[in-house]
Amino acid sequence: MSEKIVYLDYNATTPIHPEVKKTIIENFDIFGNPSSLHTSGRIAMEKINEARSSVAKLINADSEEIIFTAGASESNNTVLKYVVCQPQSDCGEACRACAGRNEIITSAIEHPSIISTMDFIKGQGGKPVVLGVKPNGKIDLDLLEKNITHKTALISIIMANNEIGVIEDIKTIASIAKKHGVLVHTDAVSAAGRIKIDVKDLNVDYLSLSGHKIYAPKGIGILYVKKDSPYCPFIHGGHQEAGRRAGTLNNLGIIAMGKAAELALSEMETESKRIKALRDKLRDGIVKTIPDISVNGDQGDILPNTLNVSFMGAEGETILLYLDMEGIAVSTGSACSSDSLEPSHVLLALGLSPELAHGSIRFSLGRDNTESDIDYVLEKLPSIIAKIRKMSTAYRSKK
Amino acid sequence: MSGNWLYSEKVKEHFKNPKNILDDEDKYDSDGRGEVGSISCGDQMLVVIKVKDNKIADCQWKTYGCASAIASTSIMSEMVVGMTLKEAYRLNPDDIVRQLGGLPDHKVHCSILGDRALRAAIEDYYRRNGLESEIEPEEAKVVCSCMNVTDKDIENFVKAGGKDLEELQKKTTLGTVCGNCIKEAKELLHGYKHLYG
Repeated sequence: MSEKIVYLDYNATTPIHPEVKKTIIENFDIFGNPSSLHTSGRIAMEKINEARSSVAKLINADSEEIIFTAGASESNNTVLKYVVCQPQSDCGEACRACAGRNEIITSAIEHPSIISTMDFIKGQGGKPVVLGVKPNGKIDLDLLEKNITHKTALISIIMANNEIGVIEDIKTIASIAKKHGVLVHTDAVSAAGRIKIDVKDLNVDYLSLSGHKIYAPKGIGILYVKKDSPYCPFIHGGHQEAGRRAGTLNNLGIIAMGKAAELALSEMETESKRIKALRDKLRDGIVKTIPDISVNGDQGDILPNTLNVSFMGAEGETILLYLDMEGIAVSTGSACSSDSLEPSHVLLALGLSPELAHGSIRFSLGRDNTESDIDYVLEKLPSIIAKIRKMSTAYRSKK
Repeated sequence: MSGNWLYSEKVKEHFKNPKNILDDEDKYDSDGRGEVGSISCGDQMLVVIKVKDNKIADCQWKTYGCASAIASTSIMSEMVVGMTLKEAYRLNPDDIVRQLGGLPDHKVHCSILGDRALRAAIEDYYRRNGLESEIEPEEAKVVCSCMNVTDKDIENFVKAGGKDLEELQKKTTLGTVCGNCIKEAKELLHGYKHLYG
């Protein structure tokens, strides 16, 4: 194995920011139950409140609109399942389904925590409407509006796709939804810390965030619920989070999340600019040195850190593992990287052929990457692709 | 930096330096040629052989496939040289996996690709030389012993466009009694989908 490590998989997860790590260590003894009235409980609650305020600032929300969860998958599940919930007795919540609205519109390029949940709600009386996307990965706004009916309860669209990085126009989507009295949720996990998020400007009802994508630990997430937007808890129990999410608060996770949000906000502008330059260098270098590739997704409306490329005639898992032997960590949309036979649903939704989807590699950059990392990748990658193509049955015709 | 690799050292060695890769098919005067799998399923395998005195004298290959497919075909191309056609024809994917020091469960189906392509190459040799009588219909192996469903049944199901286990169970009643065969049936289904999907 290589001595040099170049981590280019920040969309999968991020390491903990050194400042966040410091904050965790400093607060390691904050053990009190924030719900307790005694001193140690109150000390913990004070820290929780500070963190809540930092997270709120990151997305321009009010503190009371932030609910801490165990991660974005929980946040996404909470919103989708609540919307079609059909309680047996009057629980006092204004469920959409009770008002005859049981349809949820989403896109074909959502995260699995939306897609699988949509499959689940089918059995719960909900009706999922999954929209295809344009070849550049953008939602067709006319198509979206055409699919809204008097039964549409919610539109849930990913703010920036984790595989290709394409940024959707959530503000316009929300304004279309509002015209029809439809609620809006966005999964902003990949967007957070990379592009500006302003929930007031976007006018969304719900928004999900994850800690481990912004240099906080795993196991902590956020659900933003706009004041006065309908809501029902997913996890029932104690009255933590103003009765909106039961379970003793995750002190250290929340404190870390607060610090990570604070850093994301203060570092975003300079970091995004720096990382975008590195990503552009990587993209230009690949385009220049490797023939027969496809750069996937709209390159104008894209996260500064993400690059998705398909290499014709080369299988993704093979590329990934040869890169891994050189110490370079990336992801692939190849089926062979998963248990299923299907390659990336996102790339197929863009209309890519299965061959190109199987041969896709996602490079996602982050705060530890330097220019020498990119030089190193550009030095190793061309010969790896050439080696794979030399033994490929799928590349022989393109000599 | 090490970190536990997904695969055994032997797989890694053959993946890193694959043996007997076919450089230019046009320049290779094969006695038998077999191609299986499809690119849309994520893997395809081509195996070519030279035969001398009823033995495999050379075996080369190309693949569009993952690390398991590359490593298993690489090691197979070494194993079969010197074998009689009959021995090579009866080579079992399990033998290849054993030589490799094992493969992760969900990767075993990738290793059958090389073996299938080799069989196809040998059958091609038999056909070219008027030895069709040597071609054996593959023996069916019982997978579900309660309902007597074989691997051939599963293969035919996939060949006819069948996809999921539920559908297979409806059609063949496989695994509807004790259910012990479900895991194996799933793996076979997965593998055949790779070959015929």
